[in-house]
Amino acid sequence: MFPLRVSGLRFAPDGRAILDGLDLEVSGEGISVILGPNGAGKTVLLRLLAGLLPPDGGRLDWGGAAQAGGRLAMVFQQPMMLRLSVFTNVEFALRPQMPSAADRRQRTAEVLARVGLAHREKDCARLLSGGERQRLALARAWAMRPRLLLLDEPTAALDPSATEAVERIIREIRTEGAKVLMTTHNLGQATRLADDIVFLTDGRVQEHAPAQRFFAHPQSPAAKAFLQGELPWRIAFER
Amino acid sequence: MLETLAAALSLLAHFDHRLLDIVGLSLRVSLTALAIGAVLGLPLGAWLAVARFPGRGAIIVALNALMGLPSVVVGVLVYLALSRSGPFGSLGLLFSPGAMIVAQTVLVVPLIAAVCRQIVEDAWKEYAPEFSVIGIGRRQAVALLLADCRFSLIVATLAGLGRAMSEVGAVMIVGGNIDGYTRVMTTAIALETSKGDLALSVALGIVLMGIILGLNVVAHFLRCWAARRYG
Repeated sequence: MFPLRVSGLRFAPDGRAILDGLDLEVSGEGISVILGPNGAGKTVLLRLLAGLLPPDGGRLDWGGAAQAGGRLAMVFQQPMMLRLSVFTNVEFALRPQMPSAADRRQRTAEVLARVGLAHREKDCARLLSGGERQRLALARAWAMRPRLLLLDEPTAALDPSATEAVERIIREIRTEGAKVLMTTHNLGQATRLADDIVFLTDGRVQEHAPAQRFFAHPQSPAAKAFLQGELPWRIAFER
Repeated sequence: MLETLAAALSLLAHFDHRLLDIVGLSLRVSLTALAIGAVLGLPLGAWLAVARFPGRGAIIVALNALMGLPSVVVGVLVYLALSRSGPFGSLGLLFSPGAMIVAQTVLVVPLIAAVCRQIVEDAWKEYAPEFSVIGIGRRQAVALLLADCRFSLIVATLAGLGRAMSEVGAVMIVGGNIDGYTRVMTTAIALETSKGDLALSVALGIVLMGIILGLNVVAHFLRCWAARRYG
C-alpha cells in the first residue's frame, strides 16, 4: 500500500481544474497534514484517494498496486450517524470484514472504551454532541484497523477540549501503526500533530516537508504567505 | 338527521353484533394486506433507492403513477386474475376475504414502495460516501437504511393502511359484498346508504373516521417521539 505515489493527478469537473497535475509521495508512517487555503483541493484529494471521485487524469500507485486494497478508512468533516445506537454505529462498519458477530461486538466495545464512549454505547448516536460524534466516527474508523486513515477537518467547529480529545485519539491510532493523512485549517493543530506537511494551493503541492522545517523555514512563497496569514485573503480577492 | 345520528350512536354504544363483525373483518383484511404490502413494498422501495440500472427512472415513474391507481381498476384486474378462467382461478379466492386482501395489497404496495424509495434515497445520498469507503454492499445498505429510516417508514406504512381501509371499489368487485362474509366497512356503508339504513352507515362512518384519525394521531406522536429520542 505504501509508499503512496500520486503523479499528475487531475480533477476538473466541468472543465474547472480543482487538482491540476498534483504530484505527491506519502510514506507509510506518521501523520501527514495537508494544509492550504479554502478551495486548494484538500478535501477533493482525500476523496480521490478514498475512491469516492474518479480522477480526470494522473495516476495513483499504492505501493505498486493500482488499488488501495481495502485497508483504508475515512472520517468526514460531518460524519454520518445512523439513527441507531452508538454501539451499532461502530459495529455495522465491521460487517464487511468481520463475519463473526462476537468478534465485532468485542472489537466495538474495545474501541468505544478507547475513545471514552463506552458509557454511551446504548444511546442514540444522533443525540451525541459534536465532539462525541467525531470521537464516534474515529472509533468507527479505528475499529476497522485501517492501514491508511484519511481525516477531513476532523476538529472543525469543535471546542478546545473536544479538539484535544480528538487529537489524542488520532495520536493513538498513529501509534498503533496506521498512517494518518488529514486536512486542517488549524495551524496550531498541524504543529501539534504533523510529522510532515503537504502544502497545497491551486490544485498542486507547493511544498512537502517535515513539519518542523515547514513551520520554521517554509521554502515556497505561497507557504510563507499562508503562514503569515496573507494567502487566503489574496486568493479570495483575486477570484 | 339527529334521529339517524342517535341511532348510529346507539349501535356503537351497544356494540352491535353486525357492526362489530363488519369492523372486525375490515381490520383483518386491511391489516393483513398492509403487512404483506410492507414486506413487499419496503425492500422494493429501499432497493430502488440504492440500485442503479438502466430503466430505473422508468420504474420509479411507474411506481409513483401507481400510487394513484384507481381502486376500481385494481378490482377489475384482480377479478380477472382470480376469476375461474384467470391465471389464479384455481385458487378459488374470488368473492372471499382472501381476494380482498390481494386487491388491497396491490393497492398499498406501490404507495409504500414509492414513499419508502423517496425516504431511503434521501438518507442514501447522505450516507453513500461513508458506506462506500467502509465497503458496505447494496444488500447491507438496504437493511441499514431501512433500520435508520424506520420511523419515517412506519408513518408511510400507516398511510398505506389508510388507503387500504378507505377504498371501496376493489373490495366491492372482488369480494362481492356478501353479508357476514366479505362485507367490510366501506362496502357496507355504500350498500346500507342505498338501502336507506342510514344508522348503520353513519355508525360505520364514525368508526372508519375514528380509525383514520387515530392512525394520523399515532403517526404524529410517533414522529415527534422519534425526533426527540433518535434525532
